[in-house]
Amino acid sequence: MSIVWIPQVLRAQTGGNKQIDLAGASVGELVTGLVEQYPSLRGQLLTDDGELNRFVNVYVNGQDVRYLNGLATPVEARDEVRLLPAMAGG
Amino acid sequence: MPRTYADLLREARETIREVTPQDVNALSPGAATVIDVREASEWEQGHLPGAVHISKSYVEQQVEAAVPDKDSEVILYCAGGVRSLFAAQTLEQLGYTNVASMKSGFQGWKSAGLPWEAPVVLSSEQKQRYSRHLLIPEVGAAGQQRLLESKALLIGAGGLGSPAALYLAAAGVGTIGIVDFDVVDLSNLQRQILHTNDRIGERKVDSARKTIEALNPDVKVVTHEEMLLTDNVDRIINGYDVIIDGTDTFETRYLLNDAAVAKGITVIHASVFRFEGQLTTFIPYEGPCYRCLYPTPPPPELAPGCSVAGVLGVVPGIMGMLQANEALKVLLGIGDTLAGRLLLFDALDSTFTELKLRRDPACPVCSTDAAAARAAGRPLPIPSFAAAGATSSTGGTFTLGGQA
Repeated sequence: MSIVWIPQVLRAQTGGNKQIDLAGASVGELVTGLVEQYPSLRGQLLTDDGELNRFVNVYVNGQDVRYLNGLATPVEARDEVRLLPAMAGG
Repeated sequence: MPRTYADLLREARETIREVTPQDVNALSPGAATVIDVREASEWEQGHLPGAVHISKSYVEQQVEAAVPDKDSEVILYCAGGVRSLFAAQTLEQLGYTNVASMKSGFQGWKSAGLPWEAPVVLSSEQKQRYSRHLLIPEVGAAGQQRLLESKALLIGAGGLGSPAALYLAAAGVGTIGIVDFDVVDLSNLQRQILHTNDRIGERKVDSARKTIEALNPDVKVVTHEEMLLTDNVDRIINGYDVIIDGTDTFETRYLLNDAAVAKGITVIHASVFRFEGQLTTFIPYEGPCYRCLYPTPPPPELAPGCSVAGVLGVVPGIMGMLQANEALKVLLGIGDTLAGRLLLFDALDSTFTELKLRRDPACPVCSTDAAAARAAGRPLPIPSFAAAGATSSTGGTFTLGGQA
């Protein structure tokens, strides 16, 4: 199981859950599992084509998956995955 | 049998290695730490370039912080070469193994026609006001003078801008510009600590000026009571050394980013949402820019601002102070900034998390191609806001709001 951290701005879609343990071999599998569990997250995370939205960054153990293998980036048990949307509040 | 001054001096001369001003001048920069052990009033009249000042009366207390490596070469000097001999003995007692005293001291140095410099002299009031800075070797009088000559621009005198402005003003940043077109509202006072109850309805830039001037009269406050827009952004940010981004809209953040990258000005970025904050420092061409981090803004319904979502007042307080910390390091040229790192703060867990950021080689603003195109007078097209997805599915668009 990998640990997926949900930022506050997306937590309304996860029933307030901040940390979700998910099984999957890649970032894509984790995201698929996540949106199956919380369907209202889909629009925030993915484009209509199933790609990651450009305003949401995904980090695996602190590294941006855009500079790894995107959704194909492999994940292992206990990897820490963070979803990070842009925030504007000041 | 009690010894005389002459005895002590002879003993010191017999044991301490002495070097000439010419020897010291011939050293390559950084080869040795040169310490001026005269009194502060003498140091202020002039000293060797690159020397560190530790009065003889503070040598025992301060030298280990200034020179942690006791096997490195240390050269002491005073006015004529006597006090430095005695101070050198003290260093040897402390275990320094490579200590020398400069013969004939600063007088000999000047007589030999070697270069020297006069330190920045702060007024006696400034010495008192900034005394805690002056005690830090990384700041000192030269660093304080640098701060006094620095110009910082705050975009927004709101939740982030308030603490940043207060600490930059207290630190003696000589010019603080403030961009804000809003007026003080009662709902601002839960976190926007620049403003006060009796200023509700007053222009935020005026309220900010009053607070800053009351805190530190050394600071010149420049107010820009206008919205940051495409046609004024270059004029407003021109001449500033560092910019603190404390706005509340994506549109302003992208606009600022693009203009600051083009001008090569560092932007200290922070944003907040309820109990969470994000912080990084964008140093043009050294690290990523805002468009590298977030190529496009989210639709508005997915990214509500503080006025819609709320925020724990202390969260922008903490993030704004971290912005001030970044700005001070940039201005002083010390430490490691957050360039290339995103710091996340979670107030509920009291945790900080760090993520690695990278420059996007295809960034339309800060990539090599983008810089070359700008230099050639043909800037690369930047995705417009509507095209970038700023228009929501319900047809709503971003509004240029104030700093909430």
